[in-house]
Amino acid sequence: MTSVYLDRIAATPLLPEVREAMAPYLGEAFGNPQSLHAAGRRAQEAVEEAREDVAALVGARAAEIYFTASGTEANNFAVKGLALGHQAKGRHIVISAIEHSSVLNSVKALERQGFTATLVPVDGSGRVDPAGVEQALTKETILVSVMTANSEVGTIEPIAAIAAAAKPRGILVHTDAVAAAGSVPLDVQALGVDALSLAGDQFYGPKGGAALFVRKGVRILPLLDGGIQEGGRRGGTENVPAVVGLGRAARLATRDMAARRAAVVPLRDRLLDELPRRIEHVLVTGSRTDRLPHHASFCVEFVEGEAMLLSLDMRGVAASSGSACTSKALKASHVLLAMGLDHATAQGSLVFSLLDATTPADLDRLLEVFPPIVDRLRRMSPLWTEHLKKRGS
Amino acid sequence: MYSDKVMDHFANPRNVGVLADADGVGQVGNPVCGDMMTFYIKVENDRLADVKFQTFGCGAAIAVSSMVSEMAKGKTLAEAMAITNDLVAEELGGLPKNKMHCSNLGADALHEAIKNYEDKRAGRAPAEKPAGDLHEHEGEACECPYCETALEEENKAFCRACHVEFEECPGCGGITKKGDAACIHCGAPLKKAS
Repeated sequence: MTSVYLDRIAATPLLPEVREAMAPYLGEAFGNPQSLHAAGRRAQEAVEEAREDVAALVGARAAEIYFTASGTEANNFAVKGLALGHQAKGRHIVISAIEHSSVLNSVKALERQGFTATLVPVDGSGRVDPAGVEQALTKETILVSVMTANSEVGTIEPIAAIAAAAKPRGILVHTDAVAAAGSVPLDVQALGVDALSLAGDQFYGPKGGAALFVRKGVRILPLLDGGIQEGGRRGGTENVPAVVGLGRAARLATRDMAARRAAVVPLRDRLLDELPRRIEHVLVTGSRTDRLPHHASFCVEFVEGEAMLLSLDMRGVAASSGSACTSKALKASHVLLAMGLDHATAQGSLVFSLLDATTPADLDRLLEVFPPIVDRLRRMSPLWTEHLKKRGS
Repeated sequence: MYSDKVMDHFANPRNVGVLADADGVGQVGNPVCGDMMTFYIKVENDRLADVKFQTFGCGAAIAVSSMVSEMAKGKTLAEAMAITNDLVAEELGGLPKNKMHCSNLGADALHEAIKNYEDKRAGRAPAEKPAGDLHEHEGEACECPYCETALEEENKAFCRACHVEFEECPGCGGITKKGDAACIHCGAPLKKAS
């Protein structure tokens, strides 16, 4: 069966160059970067080279990059580490209502320790209003954390404007750029952020290779107490192959970003235009203008997302319904609800996220198999029957 | 994640549809819960001569509905009333844990249809089900009523899996979603969060 992979937000394949760069560190170059001998030095050089590449991806200095095991860890590190490091100044945190669970639940954990938080709402396109962030700031606020882009609806947030509202008050700004880094140009100076999370598995690097940028001079408490790795801010022996893979993926993303974007945007736009034309009662979710280049998301009314995913999978098409975690919890996404969609509509959430390798033929295949799937599930759905009755047909 | 039997019933559901001249109709669930099932029955000589269903929901919900319809067809009303959600799950070769509560409501919907038939036959007004009635709350109020994830002892008012905040319903004492107009269990009106 033809297999069409349209779930980039869940995982990207390793680029061959990335795999090649990693290979020695899964083999003969097994040294510990902290060792003094030649084997250790070789590993250390590779880790530091990767640090340079990751820093270049986001306009940072190498010394400002801390490697982590996942985007989730980077977000936990940023939110908890910055909040706990600055609690003498205040204990209030401002985040958006559509943050990833790793930010939301880090904040929940801090709330249990006496911090307070304000969740800034979003508009119907999933955009956080910088003025809304500004209004939420208090004398007690020490940290603002808003994601660079949302993986469920693809909307890119106005981070520079949000940071501009917080910085004059001496409030730290973190952005979870896991969904955006490697796909859209990011510059920590232009954005004005103090911390930024990214993960290589979102741009053709390996799982397990992720990083947090922390601006030089910003105090952050470690999440993992241990040895002197990562400047004492993240203990634990470095995952050298993953770090090397992340670095190489970052270097390739920096080099190829514009070309990748130019290739994938027309395919994305075709999907955003055509799917609602081919199937009635399909809404595009998220922003049409400020949108991740590889991201097309929809709500299909009167049917539920998981049933669509299973049906697509049976026809060889891989997609997702909101974040992978959302589809596991199988509940209406907090992102879509925050955007004002009702529960029934939000249950029909579907995300097609395109790889660089995605071809027009892949989309042809999707557009061929998907309408009959929706039709079959709607004929089974009491909500559709009700709708037809109301419409009088 | 699903058994072959679940996938078979999902891909080829039996008895999908609407019976225009149904003797009884039963509905459970709502889109908040994620799944909604409507069962239609035709009764002849105290037996279920025909059973049809429509379901809005995930693969498990569709498979459960299909299995219930197959198990119930041809049974006496008493036999059909003895079909439990657990038996249906067993018959399907098991369901993932997070599906047991939300999606496994097929037997309830069938029973609602039978009750509806009996009410009509007895000349009783069909029992008014409060909007949003999902299912009985069983046991201790320590699990998320949506996904059955265990709620943390120190923070029972929040489900980490679905990001839902809860409050206790003043009517039935069940855990229900904060900010909703009515309790998901008993339909009692809730005070709007100020």
